[in-house]
Amino acid sequence: MFSGIPLFPEQASTIAPRVDNLYFFIVAVTAFFAVLVSVVVIVFAVKYRTDDPLAVGSRIHGSIPLELGWSIVPFIIAVVIFAWASDVFFDLVRPPDQTLEVYATGKRWMWKFQHIDGQNEINELHVPVGRAVKVTFTSEDVLHSMYFPSFRVKADAIPGRYSTVWFTASKVGEYHLFCAEYCGTRHSGMVGRVVVMEPAAYQSWLSGTLGTTSLSQRGEQLFNDLACNTCHRSDGTGRGPSLVAKFGKQERLETGATVTVDESYVRESILTPQAKLVLGYKPLMPTFQGLVSEENVLALVEYVKSLQASGGGSAVSSAEPAHAAPETRENR
Amino acid sequence: MASTASLAAPTAPLVTYLNHQHGVASWLLTKDHKRIGLMYMVVVTFAFFLGGIFASMIRLELATPAGDLLSADTYNKMFTMHGVAMVFFVLIPAVPAILGNFVLPLMLGAKDVAFPKLNLLSWYIFVIGFLFTVYAMVAGGVDTGWTFYTPYSSRASNANVMMTGIGVFITGFSSILTGLNFMVTIHRMRAPGLTWFRLPLFVWAVYATSLVQILGTPVIAITVLALAIERGLHFGIFDPALGGDPVLFQHMFWFYSHPAVYIMILPPMGAISEVIAAFSRKSVFGYSFVAFSSLAIAIFGFLVWAHHMFVAGISVYSALVFSFLTYAVAIPSAVKVFNWAATMYKGAIWLKAPMIWAICFLGLFLVGGLTGLFTAALGVDVHIHDTYFVVAHFHFIMVGGAIMGYFAGLHYWWPKITGRMYSDIWAKVAAVIVFAGFNLTFGPQFILGYLGMPRRYHVYPEEFQVLNVLSSAGASILGVGYMLVAIYLLASLFKGERVGANPWYATGLEWTTQSPPLPHNFEVQPIVTHEAYEYTRREVTVG
Repeated sequence: MFSGIPLFPEQASTIAPRVDNLYFFIVAVTAFFAVLVSVVVIVFAVKYRTDDPLAVGSRIHGSIPLELGWSIVPFIIAVVIFAWASDVFFDLVRPPDQTLEVYATGKRWMWKFQHIDGQNEINELHVPVGRAVKVTFTSEDVLHSMYFPSFRVKADAIPGRYSTVWFTASKVGEYHLFCAEYCGTRHSGMVGRVVVMEPAAYQSWLSGTLGTTSLSQRGEQLFNDLACNTCHRSDGTGRGPSLVAKFGKQERLETGATVTVDESYVRESILTPQAKLVLGYKPLMPTFQGLVSEENVLALVEYVKSLQASGGGSAVSSAEPAHAAPETRENR
Repeated sequence: MASTASLAAPTAPLVTYLNHQHGVASWLLTKDHKRIGLMYMVVVTFAFFLGGIFASMIRLELATPAGDLLSADTYNKMFTMHGVAMVFFVLIPAVPAILGNFVLPLMLGAKDVAFPKLNLLSWYIFVIGFLFTVYAMVAGGVDTGWTFYTPYSSRASNANVMMTGIGVFITGFSSILTGLNFMVTIHRMRAPGLTWFRLPLFVWAVYATSLVQILGTPVIAITVLALAIERGLHFGIFDPALGGDPVLFQHMFWFYSHPAVYIMILPPMGAISEVIAAFSRKSVFGYSFVAFSSLAIAIFGFLVWAHHMFVAGISVYSALVFSFLTYAVAIPSAVKVFNWAATMYKGAIWLKAPMIWAICFLGLFLVGGLTGLFTAALGVDVHIHDTYFVVAHFHFIMVGGAIMGYFAGLHYWWPKITGRMYSDIWAKVAAVIVFAGFNLTFGPQFILGYLGMPRRYHVYPEEFQVLNVLSSAGASILGVGYMLVAIYLLASLFKGERVGANPWYATGLEWTTQSPPLPHNFEVQPIVTHEAYEYTRREVTVG
């Protein structure tokens, strides 16, 4: 009867066993202390029980060695858990250099995924098994949280910022995608699935649903439609800086500071251009806040990224430096 | 009522704080800390009942995966109002405002708190805040979650966010003034000879709590005010569309709301120290460690707020710092548990109802505290954050810890408050039912959480149903347990055996005056000549 009841989630990513090992270690530690204290309390309650209300207990006031012992031993155990958990955390939040990039937008109440090659999906994400996938996403309205329980990864979608989750799926199959941050009426309906496929099947899925234009081509189209290209000329003679080969590089600002050109900086420069002005350029650019949807901003970001080498989108973006990724979340 | 408590059947004292004045006005205008404590009890009990009804609606809805009992919006309002009612109107005031008000001056050998009129004002502020909140609930409810996260609360929600916010804002002042009052009372009103290290540990716990109330509560007031300014005047503070930062709200909210956890749990911990000492007939093991651990928890409690935000876009390095500090603050709590267990060693343990409630507290608080090791672990928290694991964890602390501790204290001081004894056997039965029902309600939620079921879900995947049904079944057992408590406590008011000054043969000044106490507590000013919990001389005042 109970065979159909899951008690433990599927391990479908390379990091899942590492999270679970730590989990089982903490289960063991906590079970030990829970049993220890419970047994001690029950044994004392039985052994020293009396029904004589005038009886008096022994005159024991405390013991410094015991107090120190049960302060220091738990502290050492806590430090071990802390160090182990932090090690796992670093790998959970820092994607490797070579990732398959996917973009996403959360809005009430759906997840919209955009692949580099132009495929769009709603509440469904197709990925190949055995390859690191990095999802860069934001929210169009309120907070959401992108959660793949079988991969043990989660990050909040925060309007106005980019967040990332990354994973390497280890097992072909279909797994839950949940919104984990409360977002209103249909919060529990903001769910979907991630479909992990064999590489060959993934390739045929990609070609079977191939969009007419890749994401960066769509970005390029927008770049022209919005007349970005009149100022951001590729030869650098325009009123705005050239965007060629800028992504992932350091840029000097009017304020004297420098900024790494990452997804967040490109997004910020589109929506609030005056916030971090590049050295030597005038604050001429109008804001595109409210004029470009988050999905289109992501297409523009991908276009700027694609200007890296010789233009044109690529399924694998490898040019980005490793250190840029986690910092996208800190970038203000 | 087989009670061994009274050797010679005591008779009712002639003049008590309950009978020296009559009529509604004598209550509504009272400056007596004991009466004010009881008036808090009435309001808090009502809020507990209200929050309990919301909780049962949640558990009924979740008995099936589909959203078939309530609409999605109604469900969202249910868990929001459950949280608001329980956190702001039950957990925060329960032990300090009810038990603290009643016993603190008695424990200190004082006639009243330092500022009796201010104490009454605190109650009125509390009631006004509660009325605003109840109005918000009746007039359509609120659906933001008790955490009021922006920009949902400032931009998207159509519910009564403002009215609820005003209620929480007002109530905060009651908490601040009560903290201030108690702190001054502890400094200035101690009986001659009652030095700091002779104070009962409950007093230390209330002192530490007062510190948090005074320093932390203004921040939630500022946060709610900022939310109101953004929502009402469209002034960009938290909403990125207006140039604000939604994560700032979370920092400000948790800067109060995490220390608020210690407002909820420290006073029950203090009550547990009293009960375990009294029924083990022994002084608390490591008195000064337990006393200072309360202060350590209160102070370190202010430095861990961002552990609620590990996946909310804070930097990797600040996550590391907050994770480490969270482990640091766990140590003083662990020290308390070990000391309570050690207090029972070679005691003369009298297993009356309050002790049973205290032992149940120990079991549940232990689980609540230990599961905090999971949520503080960065690599695990990414997975379990915002899932039912967290829901189960904080209910073990808040209900298993704070509410069980409140009930242990209530059963301990009930004969002092009312002059009558409840049924010991029914009280023990109720403790066991609550303990069992609680574990059945929240135990399966740990498994659900690790499986990945997110919190605040109206509809959930079918594979989670069996565990949810178990949880709902547990909730109904829990409900029966609480009803039972209400029934035998109310019955004791009419049929309970009368008790003398000290039915538990406990130490502590509150047991040296008659039950119920005199209007001004003591006939003569008590003078303290010995440490707390001096269980040596058994000839202490009995009747």
